[in-house]
Amino acid sequence: MSAPIQLRPDETFILNVGPQHPATHGVLRVKMEMDGEYIVKSETVLGYIHRMHEKMGENRTYAQYLPNLSRLDYLGALGYTHGHVLAIERAAGIEVPERAEYIRAITVELNRVASHLFWFGAFVMDLGGFSPLMYAIQDREHILDMLEAVTGARLTYCYYRFGGLYNDVDDDFIEAARRFIPRMRKSLKKYAALVTGNIIFQKRLEGIAPVSAEMCRKYGATGPVARGSGINFDVRKNEPYSVYPEFDFDIPVYHECDSMARYKVRMDEMEQSLRIIEQGLEKLPAGPIMAEKKPKNIKLPVGDFYQAVETARGSFGIRIVSDGDKNAYRLKLRSPTYSNMHLFDEACEGMLIMDALAFMGSLDLVIPEMDR
Amino acid sequence: MGGYFSEIFYGSKSLLIGMGITFREFFKPTVTVQYPYQTIKMSAKFRGHTELIADEEGKPKCGVCGLCERACPSSCITLGSISVDIEVDGKVKKKKVLSKYELDFTKCSLCGQCVENCSFGALEFSKEYNLASTRKEDFHFNLLKRLEERNA
Repeated sequence: MSAPIQLRPDETFILNVGPQHPATHGVLRVKMEMDGEYIVKSETVLGYIHRMHEKMGENRTYAQYLPNLSRLDYLGALGYTHGHVLAIERAAGIEVPERAEYIRAITVELNRVASHLFWFGAFVMDLGGFSPLMYAIQDREHILDMLEAVTGARLTYCYYRFGGLYNDVDDDFIEAARRFIPRMRKSLKKYAALVTGNIIFQKRLEGIAPVSAEMCRKYGATGPVARGSGINFDVRKNEPYSVYPEFDFDIPVYHECDSMARYKVRMDEMEQSLRIIEQGLEKLPAGPIMAEKKPKNIKLPVGDFYQAVETARGSFGIRIVSDGDKNAYRLKLRSPTYSNMHLFDEACEGMLIMDALAFMGSLDLVIPEMDR
Repeated sequence: MGGYFSEIFYGSKSLLIGMGITFREFFKPTVTVQYPYQTIKMSAKFRGHTELIADEEGKPKCGVCGLCERACPSSCITLGSISVDIEVDGKVKKKKVLSKYELDFTKCSLCGQCVENCSFGALEFSKEYNLASTRKEDFHFNLLKRLEERNA
């Protein structure tokens, strides 16, 4: 009989989460040094899905770069394309008709609800509950159908153009969006009763994975992660763009700093997005959807341009350095999950692995967007 | 001690509420479409791969200006042309006619730049989405041939 393996009491081992692992929702690798079930140290390894999007932006013309932006974050793609077109329009001095901006705001908010819904389903599935995912996908399907009827695609939209939109919305879309709002409100009540009130869910999240406001500032975390730590920052309110100043909506902020706070921020954000959509449909002006004065081949003046927008995951920034040519000299994409992910290594030290995976879910990671 | 029992009570109540919701959901109508036995109609603005539009004579409207080729971000369009002699008001003129329109759909990202840039209105999106294949060559479309097949 062979003797059992003797481990020193302080011996640790390395656990690789990913690059192919259901909990990471993509090709992310987290190298964890474990002491039993406790994490001693963790290291995030990126680069498995790097596609050189920034470099592509420097080699293509501005118009040719349009489809790339929707390949960053496949769940909330419209927010990213919105940032790109806004940056170019501001730099080139293109006036966008009001109707186009309203439609942009409505579709971005619809996309934000769809993104949060999918996150909600996947997050509860990370914790072991399967049926909320199915309910969430059913609701999300309505949004995707609406957006498909307008944009022609279900995930990787290429809908916004410099100076306007690809095509106008029709009455069917407006009618469908109006019908969607009360249905979604009913669903949100259902989710609150089914998931938020659930005792197992609460015990898994409350007080787990504290991320202080200071840590958020240190790593540059934005979006629901920062708002769950008591930082009242939303680009839509703090640096208003598009037609957001016209809308009456609140920024949900929670001060508990735990995974539950981040969950609640997103659930409340869906309600706020519905309010914006409601007002947008109410106020939607008639008129053209494309700017009249628009150069055919866009060339930006020499300079340095930056535009930030609030996407479903946080503040997305695009910086364009132009030397006057028809493509950018340098293009930098500041993606929110890249910053949000990096507080994970520090925050998960000493945590149980199951709590750390729930924490990772609460950060709402989309890997192709982080590793662009 | 009181907190302990109230938590048990609250916990069991929350579980029962959850079970009630899933139980009601059980009797709701099924919304799943049994693909491939059932399919849904694609919306009017759905973007499939591009197709050439024919004029009244069944010839492609394309004037081989090459704008789509240049506008394409992933250079997946290859055009070819031949010049033919045509008679206009008794004079013989040379005209460029489309002889080849190849679309490499493996690279296409359906951005619509080719359709928007077309100065003849000769391109449209098809409604085709059922394009699964294990061979790469199946996605190299010869749009001119497809147009002729549609006309036939």
